[in-house]
Amino acid sequence: MKQTTQRTHLDELENQSIFIFREAYHAFKNIAMPWSMGKDSNVLIWLARKAFVGRVPFPVLHIDTTYEFPEMLEFREWAKEHHNLNLIVKINTEARERGIGYETHDPVTVTHELKTVALQQVLAEYKWDALITGIRRDEDPTRAKERYFSPRNAQFEWDYKDQPPEFWGQFATSSAKGEHVRVQPLLDWTEVDVWRYIQRENIPIPQMYFSRNGKRFRSLGCSPITHPIESNASNIDEIIAELEATKVGERAGRAQDHYERNAMQKLRAKGFL
Amino acid sequence: MTKESLPLKIVFVGHVDHGKSTLIGRILHDTDSLPEGKIDMVKKACAAEGMEFEFAFVLDALLEEQKQNVTIDTTEIRFKTKRRKYIIIDAPGHKEFLKNMITGASRADAAVLVIAANEGVREQSRRHAYLLNLLGIKQLIVVVNKMDLADFSEKKFEEIEKEYRKFLAELGLEALVFVPASAKNGDNVASTSKKVKWHRGPSVLEALDLFEPQSADVDLPLRFCVQDLYRFDERRIIAGRIETGKLRVGDELVFSPANKASKVQSIEEWDGAGDAEALAGDSIGITLSEQIFVERGYVASHQTDTPIEANRIHADVFWIVREPMRSGRLYDLRLATQEVKCEIVSIDQVMDSSSLESTTDKREQLERNEVGRLTLQTRSPLVIDNHDRIPKLGRFVIVDDDQICGGGTIFGGVYTDRTVAKSKNIFWVEGKITAEARAARTGHRGAVVWFTGLSGAGKSTIAQALERELFARGMQTYVLDGDNIRHGLNSNLGFSPEDRVENIRRVSEVAKLMADSGVVAITAFISPYRMDRRRAREIALEGNAEFVEVFVDAPLEVCEARDPKNLYKKARAGEIREFTGIDAPYEPPEDAEIIVHTDRQTVNESVATILEGLLPRLEPEESNE
Repeated sequence: MKQTTQRTHLDELENQSIFIFREAYHAFKNIAMPWSMGKDSNVLIWLARKAFVGRVPFPVLHIDTTYEFPEMLEFREWAKEHHNLNLIVKINTEARERGIGYETHDPVTVTHELKTVALQQVLAEYKWDALITGIRRDEDPTRAKERYFSPRNAQFEWDYKDQPPEFWGQFATSSAKGEHVRVQPLLDWTEVDVWRYIQRENIPIPQMYFSRNGKRFRSLGCSPITHPIESNASNIDEIIAELEATKVGERAGRAQDHYERNAMQKLRAKGFL
Repeated sequence: MTKESLPLKIVFVGHVDHGKSTLIGRILHDTDSLPEGKIDMVKKACAAEGMEFEFAFVLDALLEEQKQNVTIDTTEIRFKTKRRKYIIIDAPGHKEFLKNMITGASRADAAVLVIAANEGVREQSRRHAYLLNLLGIKQLIVVVNKMDLADFSEKKFEEIEKEYRKFLAELGLEALVFVPASAKNGDNVASTSKKVKWHRGPSVLEALDLFEPQSADVDLPLRFCVQDLYRFDERRIIAGRIETGKLRVGDELVFSPANKASKVQSIEEWDGAGDAEALAGDSIGITLSEQIFVERGYVASHQTDTPIEANRIHADVFWIVREPMRSGRLYDLRLATQEVKCEIVSIDQVMDSSSLESTTDKREQLERNEVGRLTLQTRSPLVIDNHDRIPKLGRFVIVDDDQICGGGTIFGGVYTDRTVAKSKNIFWVEGKITAEARAARTGHRGAVVWFTGLSGAGKSTIAQALERELFARGMQTYVLDGDNIRHGLNSNLGFSPEDRVENIRRVSEVAKLMADSGVVAITAFISPYRMDRRRAREIALEGNAEFVEVFVDAPLEVCEARDPKNLYKKARAGEIREFTGIDAPYEPPEDAEIIVHTDRQTVNESVATILEGLLPRLEPEESNE
């Protein structure tokens, strides 16, 4: 209950995200929301339920790389029931049959095949004209340039040099055939904002974010290439304290970003979220 | 939980190469705000490119930008001073990136304008201040940077200050303070510098702390802009954002442009009882105690302070795309959640945003990067406020071919305030003969029975069969279909998307009137869009008429095989375009009251299904008296 006449920074972020959700739902007839079960993803589900007074009125998509942590899959099944989600699970089985995997290939290739190509396949099947994603400006320099409504062409390319203007709450709300728009309600949030909000709203998240035996996951991805960090933070207060002290980037434990120089930029230019 | 203060959003603008990015890099470094990885990453990238490390590169994170050595877009970075948190929006200087500057600057609370001491006031120094003013950003400081290249000369600094203050005054802007600095060396940025000991004012960081948060939208009159209507369950929720003012449960609201009033019954929340009050900035959903027709674009206010309704406005319009804005061309105008068609009536003045020279020569178009004082005419009424009174309802964007091409602010012209109708006149006027009295005579209530389905699904056939059936029961009924509507009432409408919407709207209104007169009005139109059918439902609801949606369902292949009027063949051959089911979508109902499957049910079976669902709804209500 917000009874005061003051709004906090979190209230402001929440209000803006809800506004964007509703603009997207109005502008696009056929939308879906990728869901990685990670913390940002779960905040997204939460905000969608706030925007649409209790329900997520569009399908939620999990790109299953087949390298998921078992605990994440358990969480997926639990959360699906808990939030009453219309869940679509997509695996790039064709690439797996061709033998693409972390055992034999480099992480950039595998991530591209099992995530981006999988997304292209499922997008071609369902023909969504907009995808709601949980990316934030502070995660990575290439994400800092994003818009709330960011068009992608049929090849999934992002023309970051010539993006549509976005001001006064007006967005690029149309997509041509074969194109889609990435809608990004969490763009203005920081990692700490996300944690404060999870704490304030008591949002369910996987337990892997909390310390066990002196280690915890700060960011979650495929099991072979996602590494825990040294941490004793076992609750949200401790995580926030840890983040406010650290100067290490959030995605430091995600191998595909660091495989080569500009790996993230290359992945994203090809359509990675 | 500790209360967090809101961060202040600041934008850095100024001429290219005057040192905006360097200044930001320096501020971040001196306030210890850079993540470890970032400096290293940039240093590595610089080494790979054979360049010397500079603070500016911290921001120009993408490799391509570093090659060009110019900032291409807005990025967002944070830092803290003793007083508060800041979010920096770094805006670019190159002329061609105007749209990026606007994107960034439009979100700012205050601005830092950077002028290089060795070059002085340049074209973009002026143009950017002009745009800040246009965007409504009134708070700014001016940093006279690169003082090291001007020998830290007091005289040089004073010359620039004098010249630029004069320019700002012509715009009606005033800088809080002018600060001499050298971002490259860190002089007078985070701490005062001996090299400018003649300067009695603050350092850059101290100057930033002089900014005050923008005057609160919450103190302005209420403007609640409707985004959408949700009917996910039994609640009919009006979703939107409060742009200004406050709204409380129990408040009487007037919705413009329809000028209808109703009370706020509740502020809905998903997880528990909603609040009793909502404030400017809040994204909320409300329910109303009386059901009136409301749709996206409507603006709710209190009765004591309603917005202006106009279809002709005077505005300062800036244009940001290559293709000029032309007289005689129709554009979309979007203001908050409203969208209307508009065209130029006259270009009254065109301003050069750098020299501030204006021309009143007759012009037929507004070029890229120009600002024009225009008179615009809209096709339907627009709900507005003057920009200097309620900025959020006084600014708009111009959209052409789905692209935002420019923006404008409505300036203090004279608008006729519409007379605020008294609430008793606002409601649907019920005739002296009540619906109950009509029902008592005919033995049934009036209703709108709304058929929807693909061409060839059997709507007309079943509608006529239903009409005969009801008529045979002594009931008053009538079928509205393409034949009797298109040739008369709607003979001036074609098949463009707008005309289709208008066609269905008129049918909805006629059906409502017929239902109010006690008739069971049956409509038989494809009506492929949920939005249009929902509107038909809202219109019927507004007239207190029963609304029954009937989905006449048959698979496309079946309809196409039937093809009674050979329309599918023509559509397949490309002779008809935008034909529902072929190259235009059909959105099946999600919650139709009645569904018939004409691929499996005969006409008689379909009619029986409909009667079963319909007749109980037509029974006159028991009088309580």
